[in-house]
Amino acid sequence: MSTNYDDRPRGGGYDNDDDQDRRSMGGRGGGRRMHRRRVCRFCIDKVDLIDFKDVRLLLNYLPERGKILPRRISGNCATHQRMLAEAIKRARNIALLPYTTD
Amino acid sequence: MVWRFDLETKRQYEVVFIVDPTVDDEVTKLTDNFKQIVVDQGGSVTKAETMGKRQLAYEILHKKEGTFVLMEIEGSGKEIAELERRMRVNDRVLRYLTVRVDEDRRRADKLKGRRAAKAAKRTAPAGQQRRGGGVEFAADSNGE
Repeated sequence: MSTNYDDRPRGGGYDNDDDQDRRSMGGRGGGRRMHRRRVCRFCIDKVDLIDFKDVRLLLNYLPERGKILPRRISGNCATHQRMLAEAIKRARNIALLPYTTD
Repeated sequence: MVWRFDLETKRQYEVVFIVDPTVDDEVTKLTDNFKQIVVDQGGSVTKAETMGKRQLAYEILHKKEGTFVLMEIEGSGKEIAELERRMRVNDRVLRYLTVRVDEDRRRADKLKGRRAAKAAKRTAPAGQQRRGGGVEFAADSNGE
């Protein structure tokens, strides 16, 4: 499972023109790597429910440390990030996912 | 605001519990037992399946593995209270989690219906293929 932010597989939709192009921001944080704002994967796939039992899916949003991947990196929309966070927390409770690693 | 609770529609729950795998042969017996409890309390079990033995993400009572069982229950909520009480008392149940799912599912259905209606509307007028490519792409990215 790739957990490093940079190695994360680019999901579908990065060719879409709907999303704002953040590369043109320039200036501030110049040295930082420019992440193109990604579009919410769940919106593309038209997901209405995120199941807490779907460990394979949830692990994509759980980097090495076991923390929930923030929205600014995953590009999820608020609605889906909320659903995702809820699902991850449920999965943690039932020991499908770790609260912390190491 | 006036809250109106509809007591007519049954609530749906998903109950997942982890059974100590060292007593693996008794999982079905235990599940049947729980099913009986639900039925006795006036609920109904729509689904009961064993998700199998799997590694726990962290140790619970020094156990590293557990057998996961999923039950879907329909009822008023009374049977959940009784079921949870029984599971709490039962030493073989390492952990349980109850989630009420009917509200979220209804919401999901509503969204799905709305989307279908929108799609029908879009195709109906001129049949123009606006954003056709985008839709295709979405279908691609599905295969994960």
